[in-house]
Amino acid sequence: MTVFLLILISSLAVYGFILNKSKASVMSDTNIMHSQPHYHGLYSAFITLVPAILLLFFWSFIVNMITNITLKDFFSDITDTGLIKFYTDGVIGYAEGATDKIINHAGFMPAVEHYQALQHNNKILQFIVISTLSLMLFRYSLKFVEVEFKARDYIERVIVIVMRASAVFAIFVTIGIVLSLLFETLRFFDSVNVFDFLFGLHWSPQMAIRADQVGSSGSFGAVPVFTGTLLIAFIAMTVATPIGMFSAIYLSQYASENIRSYAKPIIEILAGIPTVVYGFFAVITVAPFFRDMGAFFSFTNMSSESALIAGSVLGIMIIPFVASLTDDALTAVPRSLKEGSLAMGATLSETTKKVIIPASFHGIVGSFLLAVSRAIGETMIVVMAAGFAANLTFNPFDSVSTVTVQIVGLLTGDQEFDSPKTLSAFALAFVLFFITLVLNVISLTIVKKYREEYE
Amino acid sequence: MNNISARNKSEKRFQMYGKTAVLIAIGFLVILLFNIFSTGISAFKQTYIAVNLEIPADFDKKNINPRTELNKHFLKMFPEATTRTERRALLSLLSKGARYEFSELINQNKERSIQGYHWFLASADLDMYIKGTVKRQGDTAGRIDENQMFFIDKLLSKNLIELQANKYLLSSADSREPEMAGIRGAIIGSLYSILIAFLVSFPIAVMAAVYLEKIASKNKFSDLIETNINNLAAVPSIVFGLLGLAIFLNFFELPRSAPLVGGLTLALMTLPTIVIASRAAIKSVPPSIEEAAIGLGASKVQTIFGFTLPLAMPGILTGTIIGIAQAIGETAPLLMIGMVAFVVDVPGSPLDASTALPVQIYLWADSPERAFTERTSAAIMVLLGFLILLNLTAIYLRKKLEKKW
Repeated sequence: MTVFLLILISSLAVYGFILNKSKASVMSDTNIMHSQPHYHGLYSAFITLVPAILLLFFWSFIVNMITNITLKDFFSDITDTGLIKFYTDGVIGYAEGATDKIINHAGFMPAVEHYQALQHNNKILQFIVISTLSLMLFRYSLKFVEVEFKARDYIERVIVIVMRASAVFAIFVTIGIVLSLLFETLRFFDSVNVFDFLFGLHWSPQMAIRADQVGSSGSFGAVPVFTGTLLIAFIAMTVATPIGMFSAIYLSQYASENIRSYAKPIIEILAGIPTVVYGFFAVITVAPFFRDMGAFFSFTNMSSESALIAGSVLGIMIIPFVASLTDDALTAVPRSLKEGSLAMGATLSETTKKVIIPASFHGIVGSFLLAVSRAIGETMIVVMAAGFAANLTFNPFDSVSTVTVQIVGLLTGDQEFDSPKTLSAFALAFVLFFITLVLNVISLTIVKKYREEYE
Repeated sequence: MNNISARNKSEKRFQMYGKTAVLIAIGFLVILLFNIFSTGISAFKQTYIAVNLEIPADFDKKNINPRTELNKHFLKMFPEATTRTERRALLSLLSKGARYEFSELINQNKERSIQGYHWFLASADLDMYIKGTVKRQGDTAGRIDENQMFFIDKLLSKNLIELQANKYLLSSADSREPEMAGIRGAIIGSLYSILIAFLVSFPIAVMAAVYLEKIASKNKFSDLIETNINNLAAVPSIVFGLLGLAIFLNFFELPRSAPLVGGLTLALMTLPTIVIASRAAIKSVPPSIEEAAIGLGASKVQTIFGFTLPLAMPGILTGTIIGIAQAIGETAPLLMIGMVAFVVDVPGSPLDASTALPVQIYLWADSPERAFTERTSAAIMVLLGFLILLNLTAIYLRKKLEKKW
């Protein structure tokens, strides 16, 4: 029925387009029109289609809400909201013919009949109202084809509104992120104290299902998770910074144009490899390598999920970010500075160390911060290579856990949305979002400011 | 500073540091790719066992149990298998998939007789041994015991074990049995997600880019949108997964594990990338062309759709392809919206439960079965193949369509 309705109003719109366009093009043979014929056609199609579609959308939304509320009344004896949801879904599924599973409950069959009657009436009413509206608007739009009528202006106004809405959409995404994280985080803080979360030293979110079990409370002190994240990010930066920066220096100052044109894209391939591949690489190659190294130096205290493994593989992934951002910073330094130094008899390395790097220091710091934010937010490598147990330690050979590992661990598999265990993932994500946001804002501001300095 | 030779030495040293850093970075890439390829290449071959079948044409082929029938023929080849343990050891060399292959063979030859040796899928344990992944130690190898090894040696001496092309890898979905597991379901799931992500993010992103570059006047509001988009580009992908979980699953109650939701989530994630690339492309269109169009009486919107966008399209498409390539490899947001399930069916629509290629890699990498390791590498090779294809398209587009003004 809905599909038929959609086809009906779209064909009406197409008909309106053709009708108005041909009418306008006949008119334009003898007159100088304000708008070209196809704008008149588009105007008719727009008027016919868009209000009807919008109405259809809101209609379905409201009817869905009403159905859900009325269906719930049939299962008013049940207190568990999750179960009611399951039952009402079952009713809808049965009534639509998607399943033939009958739930053993007194309210089930009456609910099915109620739903079918409601849907039947709704479909008929919806069809009549929307097709009438569409038809009326179609008829209405036909009257507008005139020499003076500014169809183009209206259409263009709509296009600009759509463009503005698209741009504003990005803001809504951010607001969506903040609100969805904030709501769940606040719900989490209903059951766990903020200070216990931010400054507590013990993290074990696994909660017992029954209240009388031992250790049912769970413990949500996130400090070990934060330190684990910092430790792994630190190891990653220790790997990535020297390699990335020296490659950038070499490629921007020393390498010939030929070498640069090959080496740069090759290094950037490292950034294009999906992180899940790095995770697999860490498990299958790097972990055994570190284990053998440990055995070789008769060092046996090494955990198989040690921070060193995850951190160093993460570091490899970060190299191209550091390299390309540093490269941008170095090449942005005006040639005159470099050439002046060289003309004074300094060697290229002295020029680089004493002139170019100080002159591009802001940019390098910015790139460093962006890379840190990448390292903190990266998920798959640490999920696969680091452990889930959050130990409060700074020993790189121990197993530590990160914010992202905890989020994945807490939210995959079965979840109930009322337990602090799942909600704690949102609190962690909120912290993660906040920290990466701050790092990004700082680094973007630094980079921007410094770029302006030389322009 | 006066010692020239010391300064030259330090110059040389500095240059060497740079060279070493570049070589190390490239070395990592080579090691990574070499590792993946060397472990993955063997997964494109699969071990098969030849079983001698003697089924006459008038045999009642409808009412047979393919499993017992196939086993009967296999056992007939080895009269020396007498005890229960020996028979079980022999039969365990065949995969569960062999019986499906057998019933397919029967269905194809309903009226005809089936004679001679036919190849059937071998178990993963045998496969691992034949490929040399599991080494032989005396009369055992990994999970293969003495009884099994006895028959393996017999089969090998008669040349009845062979490596053939792996037809399951690319044509079937996930399975508990490594030898029957494939990535077709994951590939289809990925393609659906990517298609939806593209359809949603591309128009919105291009419109937003046009608005920011050509229509918006420079004020606080457009600045806000701009910083906002730049920051969104750097938000960790897992946060987008949580957004998808909260908005699409909990609020709009869309089906869990569906490529539709995955696609929408990835769309939000790629949006900023495409906006930033599109803005750069639009900015590079020379203003003279637009001014000429306006001078001839075109309106702003006509200029944009008639001249700016077509001329900026190569750049926009390149940026889009790069964004899509990122989205294809993205795993974390898909884990959040439940696309991390054991799905044995190839999804038929974007609303069916499904995994995606990177998620399949994650799932297999997590599996304790040895045989899944090479399949993980093979799946990675396929994923990297897709990425290379996309990037080559992007490079081609840039080279072919880019105009120098």
